[in-house]
Amino acid sequence: MDRIPILKLGEALLVTIQVDMHDRLAMALEEDLTTRIVDVAAKGVLIDISALEIVDSFIGRTLANIAMIAKVLDAVTVVVGMRPAVAITLVELGLSLPGVRTALNAERGMAMIRSLLDAEGMAPGEEAEGAA
Amino acid sequence: MVTPHASRLPGILSGFERQILTDWLGVLRQTTDARLPAAELESQCEIIIARLAQGCRDGNVSDIEAASFAPLRDILADLSRTRALLGFSPAETATFLFSLKQPLFDRLRDVPGAEAASLASETLTVSQLIDALGLFMMETFQRAREEVIIRQQTEISELSTPVVRLWQGILALPLIGTLDSARTQVVMENLLDSIVRFEADIAIIDITGVPTVDTLVAQHLLKTVAAARLMGADCIVSGIRPQIAQTMVHLGVELNVVSKANLSDAFALALRRLGKTVVSVKRPLAADIA
Amino acid sequence: MPRSTVRIQSGEDVVRVRQEVRRIAIEAGLGLVDQTKIVTAASELARNTLDYGKGGEAAIEIVQAGPRRGVRIVFEDNGPGIADIELALKDGYSSGKGMGLGLGGAKRLCNEFAIESAPGQGTRVTVARWK
Repeated sequence: MDRIPILKLGEALLVTIQVDMHDRLAMALEEDLTTRIVDVAAKGVLIDISALEIVDSFIGRTLANIAMIAKVLDAVTVVVGMRPAVAITLVELGLSLPGVRTALNAERGMAMIRSLLDAEGMAPGEEAEGAA
Repeated sequence: MVTPHASRLPGILSGFERQILTDWLGVLRQTTDARLPAAELESQCEIIIARLAQGCRDGNVSDIEAASFAPLRDILADLSRTRALLGFSPAETATFLFSLKQPLFDRLRDVPGAEAASLASETLTVSQLIDALGLFMMETFQRAREEVIIRQQTEISELSTPVVRLWQGILALPLIGTLDSARTQVVMENLLDSIVRFEADIAIIDITGVPTVDTLVAQHLLKTVAAARLMGADCIVSGIRPQIAQTMVHLGVELNVVSKANLSDAFALALRRLGKTVVSVKRPLAADIA
Repeated sequence: MPRSTVRIQSGEDVVRVRQEVRRIAIEAGLGLVDQTKIVTAASELARNTLDYGKGGEAAIEIVQAGPRRGVRIVFEDNGPGIADIELALKDGYSSGKGMGLGLGGAKRLCNEFAIESAPGQGTRVTVARWK
Protein backbone atom coordinates (compact mmCIF):
# COMPACT_ATOMS: atom_id res chain seq x y z
CA MET A 1 0.00 0.00 0.00
CA ASP A 2 1.25 3.49 -0.80
CA ARG A 3 2.07 5.81 2.10
CA ILE A 4 2.42 9.52 2.52
CA PRO A 5 6.09 10.55 2.89
CA ILE A 6 7.21 12.25 6.11
CA LEU A 7 10.22 14.58 5.95
CA LYS A 8 12.36 15.71 8.86
CA LEU A 9 13.28 19.36 8.97
CA GLY A 10 15.31 20.24 12.04
CA GLU A 11 13.13 19.61 15.08
CA ALA A 12 10.00 19.34 12.99
CA LEU A 13 8.36 16.73 10.78
CA LEU A 14 6.90 17.87 7.49
CA VAL A 15 4.01 16.15 5.70
CA THR A 16 2.57 17.33 2.41
CA ILE A 17 -0.64 15.55 1.49
CA GLN A 18 -0.88 15.56 -2.28
CA VAL A 19 -3.25 12.73 -3.05
CA ASP A 20 -6.98 12.29 -2.61
CA MET A 21 -6.74 10.24 0.60
CA HIS A 22 -8.84 7.18 1.21
CA ASP A 23 -9.51 6.23 4.80
CA ARG A 24 -6.81 3.58 5.16
CA LEU A 25 -4.18 5.98 3.85
CA ALA A 26 -5.26 8.54 6.45
CA MET A 27 -5.04 5.93 9.19
CA ALA A 28 -1.60 4.87 7.97
CA LEU A 29 -0.45 8.50 8.12
CA GLU A 30 -1.65 8.77 11.73
CA GLU A 31 0.35 5.63 12.64
CA ASP A 32 3.47 6.59 10.73
CA LEU A 33 3.55 10.09 12.21
CA THR A 34 3.10 8.79 15.75
CA THR A 35 6.05 6.43 15.30
CA ARG A 36 8.26 9.07 13.67
CA ILE A 37 7.59 11.69 16.36
CA VAL A 38 8.94 9.28 18.95
CA ASP A 39 11.79 8.00 16.75
CA VAL A 40 13.30 11.41 16.03
CA ALA A 41 12.02 13.15 19.17
CA ALA A 42 10.28 15.73 17.00
CA LYS A 43 9.03 18.92 18.65
CA GLY A 44 6.78 20.04 15.85
CA VAL A 45 4.61 18.57 13.09
CA LEU A 46 3.63 20.56 10.02
CA ILE A 47 0.88 19.17 7.79
CA ASP A 48 0.41 20.94 4.47
CA ILE A 49 -3.07 20.31 3.06
CA SER A 50 -3.02 22.99 0.36
CA ALA A 51 -3.41 20.31 -2.31
CA LEU A 52 -6.50 18.77 -0.68
CA GLU A 53 -9.74 19.53 -2.51
CA ILE A 54 -11.93 18.26 0.29
CA VAL A 55 -11.64 17.44 3.97
CA ASP A 56 -14.50 15.26 5.14
CA SER A 57 -15.26 14.19 8.70
CA PHE A 58 -12.87 11.24 8.54
CA ILE A 59 -9.88 13.26 7.34
CA GLY A 60 -10.85 16.02 9.80
CA ARG A 61 -10.90 13.52 12.63
CA THR A 62 -7.52 12.14 11.56
CA LEU A 63 -6.02 15.65 11.66
CA ALA A 64 -7.51 16.26 15.11
CA ASN A 65 -6.21 12.87 16.33
CA ILE A 66 -2.70 13.56 15.06
CA ALA A 67 -2.68 16.91 16.88
CA MET A 68 -3.83 15.26 20.11
CA ILE A 69 -1.39 12.36 19.89
CA ALA A 70 1.46 14.76 19.07
CA LYS A 71 0.55 16.88 22.07
CA VAL A 72 0.77 13.87 24.36
CA LEU A 73 4.16 13.13 22.81
CA ASP A 74 5.25 16.74 23.45
CA ALA A 75 5.12 18.05 19.90
CA VAL A 76 3.02 20.91 18.47
CA THR A 77 1.01 20.37 15.29
CA VAL A 78 0.20 23.06 12.73
CA VAL A 79 -2.08 22.40 9.76
CA VAL A 80 -1.38 24.79 6.91
CA GLY A 81 -2.83 25.82 3.55
CA MET A 82 -6.48 24.88 3.93
CA ARG A 83 -8.36 26.20 0.90
CA PRO A 84 -11.26 28.64 1.43
CA ALA A 85 -13.88 26.31 -0.11
CA VAL A 86 -12.66 23.48 2.12
CA ALA A 87 -12.80 25.70 5.21
CA ILE A 88 -16.36 26.87 4.45
CA THR A 89 -17.45 23.27 3.88
CA LEU A 90 -15.83 22.00 7.08
CA VAL A 91 -17.58 24.66 9.15
CA GLU A 92 -20.91 23.81 7.51
CA LEU A 93 -20.25 20.14 8.19
CA GLY A 94 -19.89 21.02 11.86
CA LEU A 95 -16.16 20.44 12.25
CA SER A 96 -14.11 23.33 13.56
CA LEU A 97 -11.05 21.31 14.68
CA PRO A 98 -10.74 23.14 18.01
CA GLY A 99 -7.47 21.50 19.09
CA VAL A 100 -5.65 22.08 15.81
CA ARG A 101 -3.41 25.06 15.18
CA THR A 102 -3.54 26.53 11.68
CA ALA A 103 -1.46 28.82 9.47
CA LEU A 104 -1.90 30.25 5.99
CA ASN A 105 1.06 28.48 4.36
CA ALA A 106 4.06 26.28 5.10
CA GLU A 107 6.36 29.24 5.70
CA ARG A 108 4.02 30.80 8.29
CA GLY A 109 3.47 27.37 9.79
CA MET A 110 7.19 26.79 10.32
CA ALA A 111 7.52 30.27 11.85
CA MET A 112 4.63 29.42 14.17
CA ILE A 113 6.23 26.16 15.29
CA ARG A 114 9.50 27.97 15.94
CA SER A 115 7.89 30.73 17.98
CA LEU A 116 5.82 28.20 19.96
CA LEU A 117 8.98 26.25 20.79
CA ASP A 118 10.79 29.49 21.70
CA ALA A 119 7.94 30.52 23.98
CA GLU A 120 8.05 27.09 25.61
CA GLY A 121 11.80 27.47 26.11
CA MET A 122 11.09 30.69 27.98
CA ALA A 123 8.67 29.22 30.51
CA PRO A 124 8.60 31.33 33.73
CA GLY A 125 11.05 29.19 35.69
CA GLU A 126 13.59 28.85 32.91
CA GLU A 127 13.34 32.52 32.04
CA ALA A 128 14.45 33.44 35.53
CA GLU A 129 17.33 30.99 35.24
CA GLY A 130 18.38 32.42 31.93
CA ALA A 131 18.32 35.95 33.31
CA ALA A 132 20.46 35.04 36.27
CA MET B 1 -65.46 22.61 -28.00
CA VAL B 2 -65.27 21.43 -31.58
CA THR B 3 -67.94 22.94 -33.75
CA PRO B 4 -69.49 20.81 -36.50
CA HIS B 5 -68.26 23.24 -39.12
CA ALA B 6 -64.78 24.81 -39.29
CA SER B 7 -64.16 27.99 -37.36
CA ARG B 8 -64.82 31.24 -39.17
CA LEU B 9 -61.89 32.90 -37.46
CA PRO B 10 -59.30 32.33 -40.23
CA GLY B 11 -61.65 33.77 -42.82
CA ILE B 12 -62.46 36.80 -40.71
CA LEU B 13 -58.81 37.49 -39.93
CA SER B 14 -57.71 37.49 -43.56
CA GLY B 15 -60.85 39.18 -44.90
CA PHE B 16 -61.19 42.02 -42.40
CA GLU B 17 -57.58 42.57 -41.42
CA ARG B 18 -57.64 46.39 -41.80
CA GLN B 19 -60.97 46.74 -40.02
CA ILE B 20 -59.83 44.65 -37.04
CA LEU B 21 -56.58 46.58 -36.81
CA THR B 22 -58.39 49.92 -36.80
CA ASP B 23 -60.85 48.77 -34.14
CA TRP B 24 -58.11 47.28 -31.96
CA LEU B 25 -56.00 50.44 -32.12
CA GLY B 26 -59.13 52.36 -31.23
CA VAL B 27 -59.56 50.32 -28.03
CA LEU B 28 -55.84 50.47 -27.25
CA ARG B 29 -55.69 54.23 -27.59
CA GLN B 30 -58.11 54.52 -24.68
CA THR B 31 -56.20 52.14 -22.43
CA THR B 32 -52.49 52.42 -23.28
CA ASP B 33 -50.45 55.37 -22.11
CA ALA B 34 -47.90 57.29 -24.14
CA ARG B 35 -44.96 55.05 -23.28
CA LEU B 36 -45.27 53.34 -26.65
CA PRO B 37 -45.10 55.51 -29.77
CA ALA B 38 -48.30 55.20 -31.86
CA ALA B 39 -46.43 54.07 -34.97
CA GLU B 40 -44.65 51.30 -33.09
CA LEU B 41 -47.89 50.16 -31.47
CA GLU B 42 -49.59 50.05 -34.85
CA SER B 43 -46.89 47.98 -36.50
CA GLN B 44 -46.85 45.56 -33.54
CA CYS B 45 -50.63 45.09 -33.76
CA GLU B 46 -50.44 44.60 -37.50
CA ILE B 47 -47.84 41.86 -37.13
CA ILE B 48 -49.81 40.15 -34.37
CA ILE B 49 -53.00 40.05 -36.47
CA ALA B 50 -51.10 38.76 -39.49
CA ARG B 51 -49.38 36.04 -37.46
CA LEU B 52 -52.61 35.12 -35.69
CA ALA B 53 -54.16 34.64 -39.13
CA GLN B 54 -51.15 32.56 -40.14
CA GLY B 55 -51.44 30.51 -36.94
CA CYS B 56 -55.04 29.43 -37.42
CA ARG B 57 -55.04 29.20 -41.18
CA ASP B 58 -55.07 25.42 -41.17
CA GLY B 59 -58.17 25.41 -39.00
CA ASN B 60 -56.40 24.93 -35.69
CA VAL B 61 -57.74 27.53 -33.28
CA SER B 62 -57.19 25.82 -29.94
CA ASP B 63 -53.59 24.65 -29.63
CA ILE B 64 -51.20 27.58 -29.35
CA GLU B 65 -48.29 25.17 -28.88
CA ALA B 66 -48.69 24.05 -32.51
CA ALA B 67 -45.93 24.84 -34.99
CA SER B 68 -48.21 27.16 -36.98
CA PHE B 69 -48.36 29.46 -33.95
CA ALA B 70 -44.58 29.64 -33.52
CA PRO B 71 -44.16 33.04 -35.27
CA LEU B 72 -46.98 34.49 -33.15
CA ARG B 73 -45.47 33.10 -29.94
CA ASP B 74 -42.14 34.66 -30.88
CA ILE B 75 -43.49 38.14 -31.26
CA LEU B 76 -45.66 37.89 -28.13
CA ALA B 77 -42.70 36.67 -26.08
CA ASP B 78 -40.62 39.49 -27.46
CA LEU B 79 -43.30 42.05 -26.61
CA SER B 80 -43.75 40.74 -23.05
CA ARG B 81 -40.04 40.86 -22.41
CA THR B 82 -39.68 44.41 -23.73
CA ARG B 83 -42.65 45.57 -21.68
CA ALA B 84 -41.36 43.91 -18.53
CA LEU B 85 -38.09 45.79 -18.96
CA LEU B 86 -39.92 49.05 -19.74
CA GLY B 87 -41.70 48.71 -16.40
CA PHE B 88 -45.22 47.90 -17.63
CA SER B 89 -47.47 46.23 -15.09
CA PRO B 90 -48.65 42.64 -15.67
CA ALA B 91 -52.25 43.92 -16.02
CA GLU B 92 -51.27 46.42 -18.70
CA THR B 93 -49.41 43.74 -20.61
CA ALA B 94 -52.32 41.31 -20.48
CA THR B 95 -54.95 43.93 -21.27
CA PHE B 96 -53.08 44.75 -24.45
CA LEU B 97 -53.85 41.35 -25.94
CA PHE B 98 -57.25 40.89 -24.29
CA SER B 99 -58.45 44.10 -25.94
CA LEU B 100 -58.26 42.27 -29.28
CA LYS B 101 -61.30 40.22 -28.24
CA GLN B 102 -63.89 42.95 -28.80
CA PRO B 103 -62.90 43.72 -32.42
CA LEU B 104 -62.89 39.99 -33.19
CA PHE B 105 -66.31 39.43 -31.58
CA ASP B 106 -67.72 42.38 -33.57
CA ARG B 107 -66.54 40.88 -36.83
CA LEU B 108 -67.88 37.43 -35.92
CA ARG B 109 -71.29 38.91 -35.24
CA ASP B 110 -71.32 40.76 -38.55
CA VAL B 111 -70.77 37.64 -40.63
CA PRO B 112 -73.95 37.17 -42.62
CA GLY B 113 -76.02 34.11 -41.78
CA ALA B 114 -74.55 33.52 -38.33
CA GLU B 115 -76.93 31.57 -36.14
CA ALA B 116 -77.09 32.21 -32.44
CA ALA B 117 -75.82 28.76 -31.46
CA SER B 118 -72.77 28.74 -33.72
CA LEU B 119 -72.01 32.36 -32.84
CA ALA B 120 -71.93 31.49 -29.14
CA SER B 121 -69.57 28.55 -29.60
CA GLU B 122 -67.42 30.55 -32.02
CA THR B 123 -67.14 33.38 -29.49
CA LEU B 124 -66.10 30.90 -26.84
CA THR B 125 -63.39 29.40 -29.07
CA VAL B 126 -61.93 32.81 -29.92
CA SER B 127 -62.08 33.85 -26.29
CA GLN B 128 -60.23 30.72 -25.20
CA LEU B 129 -57.57 31.24 -27.86
CA ILE B 130 -56.91 34.83 -26.82
CA ASP B 131 -56.89 33.80 -23.13
CA ALA B 132 -54.29 31.13 -23.81
CA LEU B 133 -52.14 33.61 -25.70
CA GLY B 134 -52.57 36.13 -22.87
CA LEU B 135 -51.40 33.58 -20.31
CA PHE B 136 -48.43 32.75 -22.50
CA MET B 137 -47.54 36.47 -22.51
CA MET B 138 -47.87 36.61 -18.72
CA GLU B 139 -45.52 33.69 -18.24
CA THR B 140 -42.89 35.28 -20.45
CA PHE B 141 -43.40 38.59 -18.71
CA GLN B 142 -42.91 36.97 -15.31
CA ARG B 143 -39.78 35.15 -16.44
CA ALA B 144 -38.26 38.34 -17.80
CA ARG B 145 -38.92 40.07 -14.47
CA GLU B 146 -37.34 37.20 -12.54
CA GLU B 147 -34.27 37.30 -14.75
CA VAL B 148 -33.90 41.02 -14.00
CA ILE B 149 -34.21 40.40 -10.27
CA ILE B 150 -31.67 37.56 -10.28
CA ARG B 151 -29.21 39.66 -12.25
CA GLN B 152 -29.63 42.59 -9.90
CA GLN B 153 -29.19 40.39 -6.84
CA THR B 154 -25.89 39.10 -8.18
CA GLU B 155 -24.76 42.60 -9.05
CA ILE B 156 -25.69 43.95 -5.64
CA SER B 157 -23.99 41.18 -3.75
CA GLU B 158 -20.84 41.53 -5.81
CA LEU B 159 -20.79 45.30 -5.56
CA SER B 160 -21.42 45.51 -1.88
CA THR B 161 -18.69 43.26 -0.55
CA PRO B 162 -15.36 44.91 -1.21
CA VAL B 163 -12.42 43.60 0.78
CA VAL B 164 -9.85 46.32 1.44
CA ARG B 165 -6.27 45.92 2.51
CA LEU B 166 -5.45 48.20 5.44
CA TRP B 167 -1.89 47.12 6.00
CA GLN B 168 0.41 44.30 5.11
CA GLY B 169 -1.34 41.29 6.61
CA ILE B 170 -4.48 43.20 7.67
CA LEU B 171 -7.72 43.17 5.70
CA ALA B 172 -11.03 44.91 6.35
CA LEU B 173 -14.49 43.94 5.14
CA PRO B 174 -16.92 46.83 5.65
CA LEU B 175 -20.39 45.28 5.46
CA ILE B 176 -23.28 47.49 4.41
CA GLY B 177 -26.96 46.54 4.30
CA THR B 178 -28.95 43.49 5.24
CA LEU B 179 -27.22 40.13 5.23
CA ASP B 180 -29.18 37.18 3.90
CA SER B 181 -27.75 33.75 3.44
CA ALA B 182 -27.09 34.09 -0.31
CA ARG B 183 -25.22 37.34 0.22
CA THR B 184 -23.34 35.98 3.18
CA GLN B 185 -22.01 33.16 1.05
CA VAL B 186 -20.58 35.67 -1.42
CA VAL B 187 -19.18 37.74 1.46
CA MET B 188 -17.54 34.71 3.06
CA GLU B 189 -15.97 33.46 -0.14
CA ASN B 190 -14.74 36.91 -1.03
CA LEU B 191 -13.12 37.46 2.36
CA LEU B 192 -11.52 34.02 2.52
CA ASP B 193 -10.15 34.28 -1.04
CA SER B 194 -8.69 37.66 -0.17
CA ILE B 195 -7.05 36.21 2.94
CA VAL B 196 -5.21 33.73 0.71
CA ARG B 197 -4.40 36.32 -1.97
CA PHE B 198 -2.98 38.91 0.45
CA GLU B 199 -1.57 36.36 2.94
CA ALA B 200 -3.49 38.20 5.64
CA ASP B 201 -3.10 37.26 9.29
CA ILE B 202 -6.02 39.34 10.49
CA ALA B 203 -9.35 40.24 8.91
CA ILE B 204 -11.58 42.93 10.40
CA ILE B 205 -15.31 42.51 9.71
CA ASP B 206 -16.92 45.90 10.23
CA ILE B 207 -20.69 45.79 10.67
CA THR B 208 -21.32 49.49 11.29
CA GLY B 209 -23.47 49.54 8.14
CA VAL B 210 -25.55 46.49 9.01
CA PRO B 211 -28.98 47.61 10.28
CA THR B 212 -29.94 44.47 12.21
CA VAL B 213 -28.27 41.33 13.38
CA ASP B 214 -30.60 38.40 13.97
CA THR B 215 -29.70 34.88 15.02
CA LEU B 216 -29.10 33.81 11.43
CA VAL B 217 -26.77 36.69 10.60
CA ALA B 218 -24.87 36.11 13.83
CA GLN B 219 -24.46 32.46 12.85
CA HIS B 220 -23.17 33.45 9.41
CA LEU B 221 -20.64 35.77 11.03
CA LEU B 222 -19.48 33.03 13.36
CA LYS B 223 -19.11 30.61 10.43
CA THR B 224 -16.95 33.10 8.56
CA VAL B 225 -14.77 33.56 11.63
CA ALA B 226 -14.47 29.79 12.08
CA ALA B 227 -13.57 29.22 8.42
CA ALA B 228 -10.92 31.96 8.55
CA ARG B 229 -9.44 30.33 11.64
CA LEU B 230 -9.22 26.97 9.88
CA MET B 231 -7.20 28.68 7.18
CA GLY B 232 -4.89 30.25 9.74
CA ALA B 233 -6.22 33.82 10.00
CA ASP B 234 -7.93 35.64 12.88
CA CYS B 235 -11.04 37.80 12.62
CA ILE B 236 -12.05 40.85 14.62
CA VAL B 237 -15.64 42.10 14.46
CA SER B 238 -16.06 45.85 14.81
CA GLY B 239 -18.87 48.38 14.81
CA ILE B 240 -21.53 46.47 16.70
CA ARG B 241 -24.14 49.17 17.34
CA PRO B 242 -25.61 49.56 20.84
CA GLN B 243 -29.11 48.42 19.87
CA ILE B 244 -27.65 45.43 18.03
CA ALA B 245 -25.62 44.45 21.08
CA GLN B 246 -28.82 44.70 23.12
CA THR B 247 -30.90 42.66 20.67
CA MET B 248 -28.23 40.01 20.51
CA VAL B 249 -28.14 39.61 24.27
CA HIS B 250 -31.94 39.50 24.40
CA LEU B 251 -32.03 36.93 21.60
CA GLY B 252 -29.52 34.87 23.51
CA VAL B 253 -27.03 35.02 20.65
CA GLU B 254 -23.51 34.69 21.83
CA LEU B 255 -21.00 36.19 19.43
CA ASN B 256 -17.98 34.41 20.74
CA VAL B 257 -15.39 36.44 18.87
CA VAL B 258 -13.03 39.29 19.52
CA SER B 259 -15.02 42.49 19.02
CA LYS B 260 -14.11 46.17 19.09
CA ALA B 261 -16.34 49.25 19.20
CA ASN B 262 -15.17 50.67 15.89
CA LEU B 263 -12.93 50.01 12.93
CA SER B 264 -10.07 52.14 14.21
CA ASP B 265 -9.91 50.30 17.55
CA ALA B 266 -9.94 47.01 15.67
CA PHE B 267 -7.15 48.25 13.38
CA ALA B 268 -5.09 49.32 16.39
CA LEU B 269 -5.51 45.86 17.93
CA ALA B 270 -4.55 44.20 14.65
CA LEU B 271 -1.39 46.30 14.39
CA ARG B 272 -0.49 45.48 17.98
CA ARG B 273 -0.92 41.76 17.33
CA LEU B 274 1.45 41.98 14.39
CA GLY B 275 3.95 43.76 16.60
CA LYS B 276 3.56 47.16 14.95
CA THR B 277 3.15 50.48 16.70
CA VAL B 278 2.08 53.87 15.46
CA VAL B 279 4.29 56.78 16.54
CA SER B 280 4.14 60.51 15.88
CA VAL B 281 7.06 61.79 13.89
CA LYS B 282 8.53 65.18 14.81
CA ARG B 283 8.71 66.96 11.51
CA PRO B 284 9.51 70.59 10.71
CA LEU B 285 6.43 72.50 9.56
CA ALA B 286 6.39 73.84 6.04
CA ALA B 287 6.51 77.38 7.46
CA ASP B 288 9.78 76.62 9.30
CA ILE B 289 11.52 75.43 6.17
CA ALA B 290 10.51 78.55 4.28
CA MET C 1 -28.04 14.48 -19.31
CA PRO C 2 -24.79 12.90 -18.07
CA ARG C 3 -25.19 10.11 -15.61
CA SER C 4 -22.71 7.92 -13.88
CA THR C 5 -22.91 4.96 -11.53
CA VAL C 6 -20.12 3.98 -9.16
CA ARG C 7 -20.07 0.73 -7.22
CA ILE C 8 -18.95 1.14 -3.61
CA GLN C 9 -17.09 -1.92 -2.30
CA SER C 10 -13.85 -0.50 -0.86
CA GLY C 11 -12.18 2.64 0.47
CA GLU C 12 -10.77 3.33 -2.99
CA ASP C 13 -14.32 3.37 -4.34
CA VAL C 14 -15.19 6.18 -1.92
CA VAL C 15 -12.40 8.21 -3.53
CA ARG C 16 -13.79 7.28 -6.96
CA VAL C 17 -17.24 8.55 -5.94
CA ARG C 18 -15.66 11.87 -4.91
CA GLN C 19 -13.89 12.18 -8.26
CA GLU C 20 -17.01 11.34 -10.28
CA VAL C 21 -19.15 13.79 -8.29
CA ARG C 22 -16.50 16.48 -8.79
CA ARG C 23 -16.41 15.83 -12.54
CA ILE C 24 -20.17 15.99 -12.91
CA ALA C 25 -20.51 19.02 -10.60
CA ILE C 26 -18.05 20.91 -12.80
CA GLU C 27 -20.02 19.88 -15.87
CA ALA C 28 -23.21 21.14 -14.22
CA GLY C 29 -21.53 24.51 -13.75
CA LEU C 30 -21.51 24.53 -9.94
CA GLY C 31 -19.21 27.08 -8.28
CA LEU C 32 -16.13 25.94 -6.37
CA VAL C 33 -17.76 26.11 -2.92
CA ASP C 34 -20.87 24.27 -4.10
CA GLN C 35 -18.67 21.62 -5.74
CA THR C 36 -16.72 21.17 -2.54
CA LYS C 37 -19.90 20.88 -0.47
CA ILE C 38 -21.52 18.22 -2.65
CA VAL C 39 -18.26 16.26 -3.00
CA THR C 40 -17.79 16.31 0.79
CA ALA C 41 -21.39 15.23 1.35
CA ALA C 42 -20.88 12.42 -1.20
CA SER C 43 -17.75 11.31 0.63
CA GLU C 44 -19.65 11.05 3.94
CA LEU C 45 -22.55 9.16 2.36
CA ALA C 46 -20.34 6.83 0.31
CA ARG C 47 -18.49 5.93 3.52
CA ASN C 48 -21.84 5.20 5.20
CA THR C 49 -22.84 2.99 2.28
CA LEU C 50 -19.56 1.10 2.63
CA ASP C 51 -19.35 0.85 6.43
CA TYR C 52 -22.98 0.46 7.51
CA GLY C 53 -24.64 -0.65 4.27
CA LYS C 54 -21.98 -3.31 3.56
CA GLY C 55 -21.45 -1.77 0.12
CA GLY C 56 -23.78 -0.57 -2.58
CA GLU C 57 -23.73 2.00 -5.32
CA ALA C 58 -23.99 5.71 -6.06
CA ALA C 59 -25.84 7.08 -9.10
CA ILE C 60 -24.79 10.62 -10.00
CA GLU C 61 -26.62 12.83 -12.50
CA ILE C 62 -27.12 16.41 -13.60
CA VAL C 63 -30.62 17.72 -12.93
CA GLN C 64 -32.37 20.76 -14.29
CA ALA C 65 -35.31 22.71 -12.84
CA GLY C 66 -36.17 25.77 -14.91
CA PRO C 67 -33.04 27.88 -15.26
CA ARG C 68 -31.28 26.12 -12.37
CA ARG C 69 -28.89 23.22 -12.78
CA GLY C 70 -27.64 20.93 -10.12
CA VAL C 71 -26.24 17.53 -9.21
CA ARG C 72 -28.28 14.73 -7.70
CA ILE C 73 -26.80 11.60 -6.16
CA VAL C 74 -28.66 8.49 -5.03
CA PHE C 75 -26.85 6.12 -2.65
CA GLU C 76 -28.33 2.67 -2.34
CA ASP C 77 -27.36 -0.33 -0.26
CA ASN C 78 -28.91 -3.60 0.87
CA GLY C 79 -27.47 -3.40 4.35
CA PRO C 80 -29.24 -3.73 7.69
CA GLY C 81 -31.09 -0.41 7.28
CA ILE C 82 -31.71 2.29 9.87
CA ALA C 83 -34.31 1.82 12.60
CA ASP C 84 -34.49 5.38 13.91
CA ILE C 85 -33.72 7.83 11.10
CA GLU C 86 -34.26 10.91 13.25
CA LEU C 87 -31.71 9.67 15.76
CA ALA C 88 -29.23 8.79 12.99
CA LEU C 89 -29.42 12.36 11.70
CA LYS C 90 -28.41 13.84 15.05
CA ASP C 91 -24.87 15.19 15.36
CA GLY C 92 -22.74 13.06 17.57
CA TYR C 93 -24.72 9.94 16.81
CA SER C 94 -22.52 7.23 15.45
CA SER C 95 -22.78 3.50 15.25
CA GLY C 96 -19.28 3.13 13.91
CA LYS C 97 -15.90 4.76 13.59
CA GLY C 98 -17.00 8.17 12.27
CA MET C 99 -17.27 11.42 14.15
CA GLY C 100 -21.04 11.15 14.13
CA LEU C 101 -21.31 13.91 11.57
CA GLY C 102 -21.93 11.70 8.55
CA LEU C 103 -25.66 11.91 7.89
CA GLY C 104 -26.43 15.18 9.67
CA GLY C 105 -23.35 16.85 8.21
CA ALA C 106 -24.16 15.66 4.70
CA LYS C 107 -27.68 17.03 5.11
CA ARG C 108 -26.34 20.47 6.00
CA LEU C 109 -24.14 20.47 2.89
CA CYS C 110 -27.01 19.82 0.46
CA ASN C 111 -30.08 21.70 -0.73
CA GLU C 112 -32.12 18.51 -0.89
CA PHE C 113 -31.87 15.51 1.35
CA ALA C 114 -34.13 12.46 1.55
CA ILE C 115 -33.62 9.17 3.28
CA GLU C 116 -35.64 5.97 2.99
CA SER C 117 -34.79 3.05 5.16
CA ALA C 118 -36.20 0.37 7.41
CA PRO C 119 -34.53 -2.43 9.36
CA GLY C 120 -33.63 -5.23 6.97
CA GLN C 121 -34.69 -3.21 3.92
CA GLY C 122 -31.45 -1.45 3.07
CA THR C 123 -31.05 2.29 2.81
CA ARG C 124 -31.50 4.81 0.03
CA VAL C 125 -30.25 8.38 0.48
CA THR C 126 -30.93 11.03 -2.16
CA VAL C 127 -29.11 14.37 -2.08
CA ALA C 128 -28.92 17.32 -4.46
CA ARG C 129 -27.03 20.57 -4.61
CA TRP C 130 -28.20 23.40 -6.89
CA LYS C 131 -26.27 26.16 -8.53
